[in-house]
Amino acid sequence: MNAEFIIFLVLALFVAVFSVMTVTTKSIIRAATYLLFVLFGTAGFYFLMGYTFLGSVQVMVYAGGIVVLYVFSILLTSGAKDTLSKVSKGKIAASLISTLVGLAVVLFIVLTHQFKTAIGVGDEPCENLITIDTIGQFMLSTDKAGYLLPFEAVSVLLLACIIGGLVIARKR
Amino acid sequence: MIHVEYYLIVSAIMMFAGIYGFLTRRSTLAILLSIELMLNSTDLNFAVFNRMLFPEGHEGYFFALFSIAISAAESAIAIAIMINIYRNLRSIQVKHLEKLKW
Amino acid sequence: MEYTLFILLLPFLSFLLLGICGKWFSHKLAGLIGTCSLAVVTVLSYWTAVEYFTMPRLADGTFETLVPYNFTWLPFFSENLHFDMGIMLDPISVMMLIVISTVSFMVHIYSFGYMHGERGFQRYYAFLSLFTMSMLGLVVATNIFQMYMFWELVGVSSYLLIGFYFTSPAAIAASKKAFIVTRFADMFFLIGILLYGYYCGTFSFDSPEAMNMVQGGFILPVALGLMFIGGAGKSAMFPLHIWLPDAMEGPTPVSALIHAATMVVAGVYLVARMFPLFIAYAPDTLHIVAWVGAFTAFYAASVACVQSDIKRVLAFSTISQIGFMMVALGVCTAMDPHEGGLGYMASMFHLFTHAMFKACLFLGAGCIIHAVHSNEMSAMGGLRKYMPITHITFGISCLAIAGIPPFSGFFSKDEILTACYQYSPVMGWIMTIIAAMTAFYMFRLYYGIFWGTENKELHAEHTPHEAPLTMTIPLIILAAITCVCGWMPLGDTGFMPFGQFISSDGQAYHIHLDGTVAATSIIFAVAAIVLATIIYRRDRQPIADALAARFSNLHKWAYYRFYMDEVYQFVTHRIIFAHISKPIAWFDRHVVDGFFNFLAWGTNSLSYAIRGFQSGRVQQYALIFFLGVLLVILIMIL
Repeated sequence: MNAEFIIFLVLALFVAVFSVMTVTTKSIIRAATYLLFVLFGTAGFYFLMGYTFLGSVQVMVYAGGIVVLYVFSILLTSGAKDTLSKVSKGKIAASLISTLVGLAVVLFIVLTHQFKTAIGVGDEPCENLITIDTIGQFMLSTDKAGYLLPFEAVSVLLLACIIGGLVIARKR
Repeated sequence: MIHVEYYLIVSAIMMFAGIYGFLTRRSTLAILLSIELMLNSTDLNFAVFNRMLFPEGHEGYFFALFSIAISAAESAIAIAIMINIYRNLRSIQVKHLEKLKW
Repeated sequence: MEYTLFILLLPFLSFLLLGICGKWFSHKLAGLIGTCSLAVVTVLSYWTAVEYFTMPRLADGTFETLVPYNFTWLPFFSENLHFDMGIMLDPISVMMLIVISTVSFMVHIYSFGYMHGERGFQRYYAFLSLFTMSMLGLVVATNIFQMYMFWELVGVSSYLLIGFYFTSPAAIAASKKAFIVTRFADMFFLIGILLYGYYCGTFSFDSPEAMNMVQGGFILPVALGLMFIGGAGKSAMFPLHIWLPDAMEGPTPVSALIHAATMVVAGVYLVARMFPLFIAYAPDTLHIVAWVGAFTAFYAASVACVQSDIKRVLAFSTISQIGFMMVALGVCTAMDPHEGGLGYMASMFHLFTHAMFKACLFLGAGCIIHAVHSNEMSAMGGLRKYMPITHITFGISCLAIAGIPPFSGFFSKDEILTACYQYSPVMGWIMTIIAAMTAFYMFRLYYGIFWGTENKELHAEHTPHEAPLTMTIPLIILAAITCVCGWMPLGDTGFMPFGQFISSDGQAYHIHLDGTVAATSIIFAVAAIVLATIIYRRDRQPIADALAARFSNLHKWAYYRFYMDEVYQFVTHRIIFAHISKPIAWFDRHVVDGFFNFLAWGTNSLSYAIRGFQSGRVQQYALIFFLGVLLVILIMIL
């Protein structure tokens, strides 16, 4: 029971609780806020695992970019005061039961599966395992493990999204 | 000692919360939020598997990275569509989006 | 004689022109177009007749049958069996051409005055042209199928003409009745044609080699009998006569054209057309025709004696006279006119003379109705002062129909009576009595209109006047024809030329009056006329009233035409509709329709049941998808 584990526990509790609250809260703006918390918690996990760049990307892009975008659109379309409409009990029950059954199945698999944890992992505190330098090398390399092609594809995709978003949301 | 299962449990909770939200929400925006939750849980899984099971590789790391980029793209387009729908229908409730049904 | 095609073509073209463009024409122009085309047709018909009858006869003394036009319209697999369209000229069709074109031409001229200012004047002339075309096509048909086609066209155009005043419910009902009754009879005609075509392998009127195959069978008599039913429908034989009195709702010239001279004799013409077949293979059927004709003649004559509507009297007299023609055909026993085939010539002769004087009577009735604006005899009386021309022509026609020499009706009726006496004395006496009844009711009509009590109130209010020239000229022409067409010496053909041209075996036949028959019929006719004069001549009619009171039941029955319409009403509504049609309708509605409704209902409810699978609700799809994935996982781990 070291400090790292305690931090993990706190983060895990935080993420689990806010995940559930995101989907159960009545106010949509609150749901967005709770999602933001969940994303922050996930970023915490990444930091805990030593993936600092991934964590910062998560905070910047997800929390800072996407969620803000969501909040904008919520305010644009329905307004902050807008509450989520009621759903029929039967539908909730059906969804809840199937969700819980799925969760049970997945947890059962996870817990009964013997993961071959890599040697030495988790014993020492995590350092910054992959530096930005390495990431840059991988992103632009054309080697066997290089990611130049996906990188370019994603850049084209993002460009297409910018244009597409403009075209779709433009007033006619 | 943090086992890989611990992360997976958290990720599973996040995933199924997202599924639950997807199934029960009425507002399309809330459904999109649920989808973000699910995407996030898979990102976490990628990172965890990479970190815990194959620390010498980088695939999971980059998958997570690209996944974040793609979800950004997806939400941008989705929100553009939402705004357009709202402009036309004055509502983004799923039940009102029935022009193309049957 | 290629120009005969124009006899059919011209009225048709004028029908098309008036029917399509008529509404842009003035009344005068439309009437002129119709009348002029008919004038040309009449000239052509007369020219055809002159040319045809002056042709040298064949070696056996008959006239050659000419077919100026013929083309195969619908060939069948069999060599002999095909529908042809063409023009055939033989003595009776040429005679009919003259009758139809003359009467139609007179009616066209007459209608100028009668229909003056009427709404739908152009339409009227278009229909007249159509009717004339179909009637001419009927008589020149080369085969029975073409005849049937034009037969139906005649039915349609008569329907249109009877229903010309389509705003009056009575006219609509009358045209519907005429159409349905004749259509019903035509169904039998068609069956007869099909039987004939199937068993004899031909549609032509006579084809001896084909006939030999069925000789002795019962098919041909049945087929001919069925054709006669069709003819009976058109010719208003009892019991299919019910449409004709009602058809008087049409304009009076139309009644003159259709119900006196042309359409109603189509049945007689049909029987005459098939006459060689009747004589050779179905003499019994022919005698049935005779008795049906005799009964019809008697029935119609008795009804005509009490009717008060002048057009109805004329309608029943027409039925009666057509009965005479049918009888004349029916009493024939051989092809040779000297040996029992006289009736054929007599029937055609009577058809010819009757067409002229009956058209004259109807047109005269039209003038009278035009003058007093009523069909009822009560509105008339004493009209001889006001309408001298109508009076004289009407009187001549009455004398003709009554059988007084030297008017044409006497000669033709005399021939019919002679033929009847040859067949059997019973038939002869029956027909003589009916002829006397004819004379009686015609003179009752004549005195009722022109003598008798004058309806002074009505006439003071609206003085009757002689009809305009367009109406009186046709009357004069027809009356003149009536005077002379029975006996006019024509070249070297003798005193009465009709038999020279038309006889059952095609050879020239010298008509000679049988003194006994002629004397008997004249005595009877004169007696009937005297009786009518005594009863109806005076202003007061005590005898008529006394008779009506004495035989009030009989009078009432006859007045209501022996309740034939009610019988029809009963049969169709109470029996056929209620006990046959209703169950069929029920079966159709509940079983046939029900089955398909059930299919539709089944499909519908099944679709409703499985509609949920395609709800279009994304979240439902997601839930099902998710459950499916879950199931697959469970299967894999278990």
